[in-house]
Amino acid sequence: MRAVAPVDRFTAIRSDFPILTRPTSRGKRLVYLDSAATSQKPQAVIDALSTYYEEYNANIHRGVYEIAQRATDAFEEARVKVARFIGAQTAEVVWVRNTTEAINLVAYSWGSHNVGKGDAILLTELEHHSNLVPWQLLAQRTGAELRFIPVDDRGMHVLDDLDNLLDGCKIVAIAHVSNTLGTIAPLETIIPRAHAAGSVVLVDGAQGAAHLPLDVKVLDADFYAFSGHKMLGPTGIGVLYGKREMLEAMPPFLSGGDMIRRVEYAKTTFAAPPRKFEAGTSNIADAIGFGVAVDYLSQLGMPEVRAHEERLTAYALERLAPFEQSGLNIYGPRDAEKSSGVISFNFADIHAHDLASILDTEGVCIRAGHHCTMPLMEKMGWSATARASFYVYNTREDVDALCKGLEKAAVVFKL
Amino acid sequence: MDDFYRDYILDHYRSPRNFGTLEHPDASAEDLNPLCGDQIKMELKVDDGVITDVRFSGKGCAISQASASMLTESIKGMKLEDAARLDKEAVLENVGIGISPTRMKCAMLGLRVLKSAAIGEIAGWPDEE
Repeated sequence: MRAVAPVDRFTAIRSDFPILTRPTSRGKRLVYLDSAATSQKPQAVIDALSTYYEEYNANIHRGVYEIAQRATDAFEEARVKVARFIGAQTAEVVWVRNTTEAINLVAYSWGSHNVGKGDAILLTELEHHSNLVPWQLLAQRTGAELRFIPVDDRGMHVLDDLDNLLDGCKIVAIAHVSNTLGTIAPLETIIPRAHAAGSVVLVDGAQGAAHLPLDVKVLDADFYAFSGHKMLGPTGIGVLYGKREMLEAMPPFLSGGDMIRRVEYAKTTFAAPPRKFEAGTSNIADAIGFGVAVDYLSQLGMPEVRAHEERLTAYALERLAPFEQSGLNIYGPRDAEKSSGVISFNFADIHAHDLASILDTEGVCIRAGHHCTMPLMEKMGWSATARASFYVYNTREDVDALCKGLEKAAVVFKL
Repeated sequence: MDDFYRDYILDHYRSPRNFGTLEHPDASAEDLNPLCGDQIKMELKVDDGVITDVRFSGKGCAISQASASMLTESIKGMKLEDAARLDKEAVLENVGIGISPTRMKCAMLGLRVLKSAAIGEIAGWPDEE
């Protein structure tokens, strides 16, 4: 028998995503290169939402009838799936709306009780506004000092002064992966040193859990925050992972129904984590959809997802290199091994927004702007960058379409 | 959208008119589009209620910079009160080509800043009035 070359399973999965099979209004193939903003959803996730609403829509944790039990089971099963996906215990997975809410939960609940005047909060210069502004507000409330791990001009963390930065530090809050440049943070170095210095560590995993194999116990982060919509799941659902002892010691953030053990007129005792942090009716359908998204990623295998993105990034860097003669500037690590499927760039004197508009006419979706990292842009001296980001459904053909779009932009702008 | 980038738009983008600052402006304003970071500052010389000189500065896309550049050319000699009443059509006539909804804020930033300078407070978005 003749040997058959293995079909790249990542090429075949494009058809699992209905949106990617629909042509754009100009009749072009949709080339979606903005997964760092939000990912597309496979049919299985879309179906999970409609099945919940069509077959067993009911509130959870209280109904005694059959569909209420089915909803509760599906909701809690999704928690088990997500916990297993990141290597956590089930009770360590708190449902929230998104990464931003998870970080705010920690900044308020943990931060307000553990950070005081003169303490330090250590971030990096790469942080998304969602992992910067909550800490600025905490510092203002408590009189704590904000510090920043610097990055070099390629967006790589500079750890030379880490011991000094950690001195007197109560919490280190750091992005697993930079949404602007794709830089993967050296967490395996930073987390043990932060712990040795007596600091707690929160990882902003908005761009991490979706793209990199993750075991929170090996990573040893105290908190890990991430969003469902960036990893094939619905919007409006995210997770705060917290070590059990951390969550147990923390006071509630929001309060009300579903997070209590016993309520009297004058006082209340609270449910154990994770329910202690889930006041009110949760986003039931989207949590269930998130569970299905995690199943999908698990079937692909996260090491394979990472390898696919690394191959694609390397291919894109290779294909983009010739454009440097025409003024293409690629920012960030420029090394597929050190970045996670994000390429940030500018093309000659074409502003990133104009570039994105021209690419849009070719069906190519990229992001343009400051990527919610205004301080980083200011530090680097960029007013805006264009950003292409990859995920499981992207192919070499998508990279080729990006290059074709750049050629068109060069013509339009008469470079 | 790609046919927006006509020669005169690129010319205003690459060689903006009235670009820079004034020594002693009688009115000025600056603003940025927080969604994309585009920035524009406008400075005016006003004599007896009439705009006698104008400079703008800033950074941003071809649409925001060319729109602002063309706007500065059309307001010299205009009464300040008339400048304060300019609407989005004034800009769209200048640029002479359709602007898609996703880029309308880019085209309107310069006018918004001009109107802010004219009335002495932050003006609304011309495309939302």
